[in-house]
Amino acid sequence: MFNLSYKAQRYLILFGFLTIPVVLSLMFSYYPAFSLLYYSFTDWTGLGWEMHWVGFANYKEVFTRPEIFSVFEHNAYYFVGGLIQTAVALFFAVILTGKLKGRNVFRAMLFLPYVLHSVAIVIMFKNVYHSEYGSLNLFLQSIGLGSWQQEWLGNPHLVNVSLAFISVWKFFGLSMVIFIGALQSIPADLYEAAKIDGASGWQAFRFITVPSIRSVIEMMMILTLTGALEAFDIPYIMMLGANGTDTFVSKTVDMAFKFQQAGLASAMAVVLLLIVMFFIFIQRKLLFRGGE
Amino acid sequence: MANENKLWKVCKYLLLLVALFVVFFPIYSVLIGAFKTQVEYYQSGLRLPHNWFDFSNFRKVFKVGKLGLGFKNISIILVASIAGNVVLGTMVAYALGRFDFKLKKPIIGMYLVAQIIPMITTQVATFSVIKFIGAYNHMSAPILLYLGADVLQIVIYLQFVNNIPRDLDESAMIEGASLFRIYRSIIFPLLAPATATLIILKTISIYNDFYTPYLYMPSPKLRVVSTAIYSFVGPNAAQLNVISAGILVIFIPTVIIFLVLQRYIFAGVTSGAVK
Repeated sequence: MFNLSYKAQRYLILFGFLTIPVVLSLMFSYYPAFSLLYYSFTDWTGLGWEMHWVGFANYKEVFTRPEIFSVFEHNAYYFVGGLIQTAVALFFAVILTGKLKGRNVFRAMLFLPYVLHSVAIVIMFKNVYHSEYGSLNLFLQSIGLGSWQQEWLGNPHLVNVSLAFISVWKFFGLSMVIFIGALQSIPADLYEAAKIDGASGWQAFRFITVPSIRSVIEMMMILTLTGALEAFDIPYIMMLGANGTDTFVSKTVDMAFKFQQAGLASAMAVVLLLIVMFFIFIQRKLLFRGGE
Repeated sequence: MANENKLWKVCKYLLLLVALFVVFFPIYSVLIGAFKTQVEYYQSGLRLPHNWFDFSNFRKVFKVGKLGLGFKNISIILVASIAGNVVLGTMVAYALGRFDFKLKKPIIGMYLVAQIIPMITTQVATFSVIKFIGAYNHMSAPILLYLGADVLQIVIYLQFVNNIPRDLDESAMIEGASLFRIYRSIIFPLLAPATATLIILKTISIYNDFYTPYLYMPSPKLRVVSTAIYSFVGPNAAQLNVISAGILVIFIPTVIIFLVLQRYIFAGVTSGAVK
């Protein structure tokens, strides 16, 4: 390519540099998404290639079989957990952005869980929650709160809270660091001016901090929501979806690979995809309105 | 007023300590558990282990849990997929950042839209693609899936490419350098800081990934760290001390990466979020 004109080189570069990435994206994102749509109208089992067109039967099943849609109740635990996580993360981000000795050390230590191996984390909590030998119950016992001991994974009213907590534990530091990044980009003279005007700490937070990082807060909310809708690996690794912990995605996965109902599973996946896209669309709308 | 400030300061540290306790309590319990014998584990509760140099749990989890194999397999997958990913990602960034052409907008849009498709839900269909190309139960399956550039990567690279002055390209052209030469000798090296950040984030996320290897490589010979510990726990659920040792070993690599390369990680997660 040494004696080619730059025009010819340009074609070569564009073609050579973009073909493989575009093909990969088409093959592993777009083709699956569109074939998913097609499968959702068939009775495909997922095993062979035989399938028959069944129209909207799968979708009808998704919306009428109560045990399919009701699992969103379990997803709600992850959503509430995520909201609490976002609020607490913002609080600590504010603390760690202000003057404080050792704030970088605190930031690093609170962020640590995010880099830990996700399967190992779930198994670690299996040990922590163990009803007889788990460190949580032992700890409660040792500080004289023995009556607070629980079957953290055995009690059906508690198990989803226990599982959602793992997610909060893991992602709290990430939210906090993202908030710290956003807070540091707020010009300091805004706060100085507010101080001169006699604003209290809370007022400065309410009228300077929150509006300045509104887009980040919104983004975190949408991530919390989509993350909760797609919650999967914690209940799946910990309980295999047993004891009323199955989420919509774990149900979809089981439907496809365990019960060989790939057509129905595809319809569930399409429904989830539409819900997620709906929320992202709403958020974009909100964001643009905020930006104007 | 001064008193109130002091009180608030004490409160801040107290709250931070509570948070640290919540973060480190589970880690503490696997740390001490990993060095205890089975009997000791059940009897000594939260106390420190008798012997910090008893590595028999570690030996056992490596032998029975095949963690060594898991580390070997994940290393191969990491090296192959990240090398390819960096080459493809920088090439895309160069092509999209330096040239104007008809398909530019559609390609950028394609990456943006792909981002909102939740990967996990499309697995039913991705599975059939992987089976069709014969990559099922083969290391090439996860490598192919990790290879593609994602939108975060494109965004970060494009920011960097736009900050590289075009004068550099032009003076290289005057000296007769080919466009490929410009990519290789100017753009690629100058993207190094972004590449460092992305390599670290990708390494952590691939190392942590459970679902891709679980679904596409069920063969015991192809266990990676995630699937190895997962299948070790099932039949050995009673040996909490040995499991603790396994958890600890698996934590170590990313903790080291994090402690040494913190700066890049924080830079990466923040720039990804603020866009």
